[in-house]
Amino acid sequence: MKTHFTINGQAASLDLDPRTTLLDALRERLDLKGSKKGCDHGQCGACTVLVNGQRINACLSLAVTHEGDEITTIEGLAQGEALHPVQAAFLEHDAFQCGYCTPGQICSTIGMLKEAADGWASLATDDLTADTVLTDEEIRERMSGNLCRCSAYPQILAAIRSAGGLA
Amino acid sequence: MSSVKDWAAPTPISENRSGLIGKGVDRYEGRLKVTGSAPFAYEVEAPSPPAYGVLIASPIAKGVVAAADISAAQAAPGVRLVWTPHNVPAQGERGAKMNPRSQRGSNPALAGKIEHFGQHVGFVVADTLENAKAAAALVRFEYAAEPADLIFEDNLAQADQPEGEEDMRVGDFEAAFAGAPVRLDETYVSPLQNHAQMEPCATTAWWDGDHVTVHTSIQMVKGGQHTLAETLMIPSTQVRLVTRYIGGGFGGKGQAYDDLTLAALAARELGQPVKVAYTRQQMFQATIHRPAVHMRVRLGAQADGRLDAFALEAVTHCRREAPFTEHAANFARSLYAAPNRLTGHRLVKLDIPAAGPMRAPGEASGMLSLECAMDELAEKLGLDPIELRLRNEPETDPETGKPFSTRQLVRCMTEGAQRFGWDRRNPKPGQVRDGRWLVGLGMAAAIRGNFLLPAKAGVRIDADGTITLRQGMTDIGTGTYTILAQITAETLGVPLAQVKVELGDSDFPPAPGSGGQFGAATAGSAAFAAGMNLRKALAELATGDPNSPLYGDDPELVTFGGGNIAVDNRAEPLERLVARAAPEGVYVEGSITPAADARDYSQHTYGAHFAEVGVDPDTGEVRLRRMFGVFAAGRILNAKTAMSQITGGMIWGVGTALHEYNEVDPRYGSFIAQDLAGYHVPAHADIVDLSAMFLDEVDDKANPMGIKGVGELGIAGAGAAIANAVYNACGARIRDYPLNPEKVLAALP
Repeated sequence: MKTHFTINGQAASLDLDPRTTLLDALRERLDLKGSKKGCDHGQCGACTVLVNGQRINACLSLAVTHEGDEITTIEGLAQGEALHPVQAAFLEHDAFQCGYCTPGQICSTIGMLKEAADGWASLATDDLTADTVLTDEEIRERMSGNLCRCSAYPQILAAIRSAGGLA
Repeated sequence: MSSVKDWAAPTPISENRSGLIGKGVDRYEGRLKVTGSAPFAYEVEAPSPPAYGVLIASPIAKGVVAAADISAAQAAPGVRLVWTPHNVPAQGERGAKMNPRSQRGSNPALAGKIEHFGQHVGFVVADTLENAKAAAALVRFEYAAEPADLIFEDNLAQADQPEGEEDMRVGDFEAAFAGAPVRLDETYVSPLQNHAQMEPCATTAWWDGDHVTVHTSIQMVKGGQHTLAETLMIPSTQVRLVTRYIGGGFGGKGQAYDDLTLAALAARELGQPVKVAYTRQQMFQATIHRPAVHMRVRLGAQADGRLDAFALEAVTHCRREAPFTEHAANFARSLYAAPNRLTGHRLVKLDIPAAGPMRAPGEASGMLSLECAMDELAEKLGLDPIELRLRNEPETDPETGKPFSTRQLVRCMTEGAQRFGWDRRNPKPGQVRDGRWLVGLGMAAAIRGNFLLPAKAGVRIDADGTITLRQGMTDIGTGTYTILAQITAETLGVPLAQVKVELGDSDFPPAPGSGGQFGAATAGSAAFAAGMNLRKALAELATGDPNSPLYGDDPELVTFGGGNIAVDNRAEPLERLVARAAPEGVYVEGSITPAADARDYSQHTYGAHFAEVGVDPDTGEVRLRRMFGVFAAGRILNAKTAMSQITGGMIWGVGTALHEYNEVDPRYGSFIAQDLAGYHVPAHADIVDLSAMFLDEVDDKANPMGIKGVGELGIAGAGAAIANAVYNACGARIRDYPLNPEKVLAALP
């Protein structure tokens, strides 16, 4: 099926097998291998990308359903040599070890910061009527869809606080 | 052969003139990882577009593949080949060059004889992943199943001494235990656990004539190369194995699996690159795991707490055809003083996937027993748990009598107690409340052995001054690239930016790889030796070059620093020397071997864990509130990456204590949990206020740089500290890990 979308600001047009997930389309058809396949079942978050600004698990989404969508992957975040502030914070705070979950963690962070800025609540939110304040507990809860087996969670938290201006 | 005495002399590492040793510099490959541009094995660009391989798993635990019908799969769209035990190409016996204790996967790949659930019985290659998956579902198998031994607890009666092993005895344990005024005799259970590395095993393979190149996710370069060569029945020189980036290993990728074998075989058959990845489910069923261990601890003490008698006996399991012993008692041989001692292991052979090493094999499960037993004994004696340990601190190795190379366990405990606020612990359980939570504190000691293996490294300097270190070593997220760059830069007195590190290639000088916490010391010592040899070569080059300001000087007086080579105030940049005197560059190698007298010392890393937990008495939920560790592990090479390693290990301990376990389905021999929804590794919300510190230490008996490993120490004992905190919080003493809500509720007093 012919499908058109925008990836990292570039128009892309693919003739897709309807069984192809967005993750496999990115990795195997578009040579965007930064998004990782850790479980292929939406359990680990390594495939997290931004679709129209919102974070999703690319492994749980069929590529043909994204007609007209704007997709941002880890490859679309840096401006030339200049890292995105979240990327720079992950590097500075050593918020990863093996690096396999890292693209998903970074995309998820960007999506999460926008959700919080838009006033979305989480399970850690006590007062649904108040402005969202990203406490450590809020960040941990909102980032728990992204597993890191190397267990860099304390450093990921520090990186997010730094990049989100919460430090 | 060298002696540890050779290692006490000052070196560029101990002098640390540029201050690079110990500095928390950013990860060498960090930029590639945060931009998603570090290619993992499945993502490597092949010379031409690859075909996609998919594995089919056995649904029975034991028996044979009686028949296979591949006709429908072969006729499916895009299919290039379909293999079953009946038509898979011949494969050589593995073993001659393998570690005989290796927990190798099925051999050969797609063997018709089935030894565990999930063993691969079929393989399909197609033009796309979707077509390969669809075709794999069309292969029809018939099995002749046989009775299988699947459940550890049901087979304890067949537990036997592991081949070639004996119990370790000192004094007369039985008599001393019988006569001890205070006794403890308890059994602790550590469950079967899975590595759950984020990157599934994967290989991309292609052939060029009779040479094969494989990019695969493996911790040991040479082991993988030799295994594949034997399987393919070709010399190792015709196999190039590359593993640049590895998405987590933790011991589970120490060996080759079927992705490597079948990608290489299929690429040869098709004359086209082939790539194969395990699914998450296959990672659980068809790699290795940490086996369950039943540990009986017996402690006999005097009223003042001094141990007269100590025993730790561990019963564990392995796959019938792949002997492996989880040495859960070994750590205890060097931990506490007691004149009468017994430690040993028993093994049950089962028809389930192979047991094998997982982060801190032995210590990770073993310390869950003794470190709780010490907590229990302290309560019986009315002693603080730290005081009990202080009273049993040995002056020399309690089993061998050898001197310790270094031992700062006492300082780890006392420093940690002070910083954590241990004096606020109420020794009586169940006394502290915070809202609905019962709050408690617990501690445990940590010990993990230190090792050094033979390794080589090569280093070259080019005419532009670039220094490139090459080694058949791996970085599984541990920071190997980074510390090797720091060692090389400091040894040669150049800025970090002048150094390149290339790893993970069987064409490079060999190193044993990542495992057993020996990586940094082993690979790093070889890199240091190579750097020292390059200094020597450059000193001779400069002092022998009439155009050098150092011409005629004694090479022994040459110094390196600031990117220059110098004698007194005469100096020139390294790149000027090399461009003029050796424009083709200078390449040297270096090597490390264990010192002849290294085993005259008892060598370990040490630590102490402190945990604060909350227990919900209505739901049985346990939440970590705070955790702190103090560790002594030799000279620390990189404050940032070492801290990540040690806290990562502690978080594994949290998972061990509270969440992680797997069980075998008695009907099929499969694991009940076979994905990351069923097998609970710690998630971000589980980890609250967790930190660590290192004590200053240099172990000059360990290696020329005085460093030790930090990759496994952090998990050793960590889970026991949490279990002890749970007891202190609510009075529930649970000896069967993990401490999940149903066990806590049942154990509440």
